[in-house]
Amino acid sequence: MELLAQFAAGDLEAFEVLFLQHQKEVYAWIVRIVRDSGIAEDLTVETFWRIYKSRGRFRPDGNFRAWARRIATNAALDHLRSARHEAELPDDLAGAPGEDPAVRGERRKQIKDAFHQLPVKYRLVATLALIEEEPYESIAQAVGISAALVKVRVFRAVRMLRKKLSPLGVEAIAK
Amino acid sequence: MINEENDREIKELLKQAIAPVKNTALRRDLWPQMLRKLDEQPASAGNVPWFDWALAAILSAVLLLFPGTIPALLYHL
Repeated sequence: MELLAQFAAGDLEAFEVLFLQHQKEVYAWIVRIVRDSGIAEDLTVETFWRIYKSRGRFRPDGNFRAWARRIATNAALDHLRSARHEAELPDDLAGAPGEDPAVRGERRKQIKDAFHQLPVKYRLVATLALIEEEPYESIAQAVGISAALVKVRVFRAVRMLRKKLSPLGVEAIAK
Repeated sequence: MINEENDREIKELLKQAIAPVKNTALRRDLWPQMLRKLDEQPASAGNVPWFDWALAAILSAVLLLFPGTIPALLYHL
């Protein structure tokens, strides 16, 4: 509580303590959205820069962790909006070694392309909910919308994907 | 019913095509980078570039002189 009050008053040492306490968590959240470790590092610094700039608006009795995550989500969203294509996931980040071999090559590319064509706000919630399997409530808090709206956006994202993939025959191959 | 089934399939395909991020561990301390940024861009609340002030002044003048442009501006926002 005292640390947060000191931070809100502009104390750089208090900010450093908060930075060291939360940088790993902020990075882990961002890297799951942008899926590139270098970009996630830059955006972590950008997030704390925004936090430091708006310290005057932070209430010391508030939840710093939730506030930081919200700002991190906005920073990641801004990046997704400005980036034309998401970088290919590097090997050190890619998971699922037992990935279905059938979902390779052309079909995988089609699905990825279709996913990257989704509007950013849908891609964000779909990434967190469907790929990272983050609970709707946690996504809602980070994005600043209700859990019901997260559910709606995930639903719409899936429908948009289906619309894009159906003409390519992707569904038929899956059966 | 068919749509729901298709949606489930799409979700499954997506999960198979785009794997979750496995390694979310931060590899280095970012505080030195943060310090550099703080040094480069001191965060003062009233630090607005002169160009932004000029732009705001021009926009205000245009809106005062030509109020008919307000709906058009709102439409494009």
